[in-house]
Amino acid sequence: MSGNVPMREVAQRAFATEFNDATYTFRESDEERAPVYVLLPTGEKANRVFVVGTLTETEDVGSDEEYWQGRIVDPTGTFFVYAGQYQPEAAGMLRETDTPAFVAVVGKPRTYETDDGTTNVSLRPEHLSVVTEADRHQWVVETAERTLERLDAFDDPDNEYAELARDQYGAMIGKYRETTINALESLEKEQEEPDEQF
Amino acid sequence: MTDLDQQAHDIHAQLPDDADVDVDEIIDRLDTLVNQYSVPTEEARRTVMSSYLEDTDVDAADAQTDNQQIDIGEINQPEQWVDVTGKIVELWEPRSDAIGQVGLLGDETGTIKFTAWAKSDLPTLHEDRVYQLGSVVTDEYEGDYSVKLNRTTTINELDLEIEVGDNTTEAEGALVDIQGGSGLIKRCPKEDCTRVLQNGRCSEHGEADGEFDLRIKSVIDDGETVQDVLFNREATEELTGITLEEAQQMAMDALDTSVVADEMRELTLGHYYRVTGPIMGRYLLVNEMEQITDQPDHEELLIKARSM
Repeated sequence: MSGNVPMREVAQRAFATEFNDATYTFRESDEERAPVYVLLPTGEKANRVFVVGTLTETEDVGSDEEYWQGRIVDPTGTFFVYAGQYQPEAAGMLRETDTPAFVAVVGKPRTYETDDGTTNVSLRPEHLSVVTEADRHQWVVETAERTLERLDAFDDPDNEYAELARDQYGAMIGKYRETTINALESLEKEQEEPDEQF
Repeated sequence: MTDLDQQAHDIHAQLPDDADVDVDEIIDRLDTLVNQYSVPTEEARRTVMSSYLEDTDVDAADAQTDNQQIDIGEINQPEQWVDVTGKIVELWEPRSDAIGQVGLLGDETGTIKFTAWAKSDLPTLHEDRVYQLGSVVTDEYEGDYSVKLNRTTTINELDLEIEVGDNTTEAEGALVDIQGGSGLIKRCPKEDCTRVLQNGRCSEHGEADGEFDLRIKSVIDDGETVQDVLFNREATEELTGITLEEAQQMAMDALDTSVVADEMRELTLGHYYRVTGPIMGRYLLVNEMEQITDQPDHEELLIKARSM
């Protein structure tokens, strides 16, 4: 029924701690333009992610051309986004947004190897926009929910991405349950804050 | 009643009402085949049936005698012979002489376009009345389904009230994309043509001046599923707070219509929305929307996470 239009990939939700651990990349077909996925350690493929957090720092790290780096913080860690001449909209936003600000990013995960051999994971934005605290709150709860669903399904016998995660990363998933609990607890503290003034 | 009589009555009952055949004639034909030419009864029955259906321009293989009675909302395959019961919600003006009647048929589960061909010579359907339609054929065009009435379709008016449903669906999540063709657009001004102009041209009517309109084609994503969502002019104005007049002014000031879509992107991308409306093809057509600002409940999740 959907004809020849390929299904758009869902934007996965993952906290920074998990996203930054997603260093293994793979393709599912040999076609030249086949999408590249990173493998989330809780057992899901991600070709696109949606992130909401606090933009705390921006810096032009390019030499000849502008190449903007942004740090986006969630309750568990920091996402790094990079936007250059091929992402003019996002690069413009990073140039012009005053920090700190709540921002939302729809983007593609990218991995790169540093000189000392470690693999870093970053985000190449398709869109970057300024949002509200309510959106950020919504995202934290939604991301916690999706993460718990993945953890729940991790031991399902036919979960091929969990299988792959076990092979690539070992089944060290307890960490992501911990950070999810911390993220949810951080919302409680925020809600309690007004009371503490009395 | 002999077996042949019984068979003949069965065949007669399955033929369209307007097939000009009486039972005696069917009995004669069956008798010839079975008693003179030693054709097995089942085969004789098939032969007679198919000879009558040929006369009434229906493909015998397709004329099923026991169609499934199906809810309108369940229709999701073309070329199925089904029975439906529904209310005529609207009658439209046929655009061609080949069409006898065209309009919208609905039941509790949804609505669907129906077409009755002029040559099928069917009784006239009336708005707001409920009919049981036997043997209609489903059809699909660009993801939209319809049913076609044909010569074999039986029409019975029912003394029944039906509350017509509207396929309303809700989608909730982050607005993650605004697609091309959004913002301030121009539509072909030709009557009955609402195509969006590309570089001042209508794909059907060529160069045209066009009439301004607003729309947003977007994607709402909750991390599990994606839903294409279409905001028409009214919904776009409500979503963005930018009216058609203001959008035209913005475009005039900038000498560029794309500033409108850019502004709309900035206003909406990354926010969470809840939208409701009917699904047409791949799009949810937004009737109602709200930006989600209420605090979602995280207590239950916390309990779940701690107990895992």
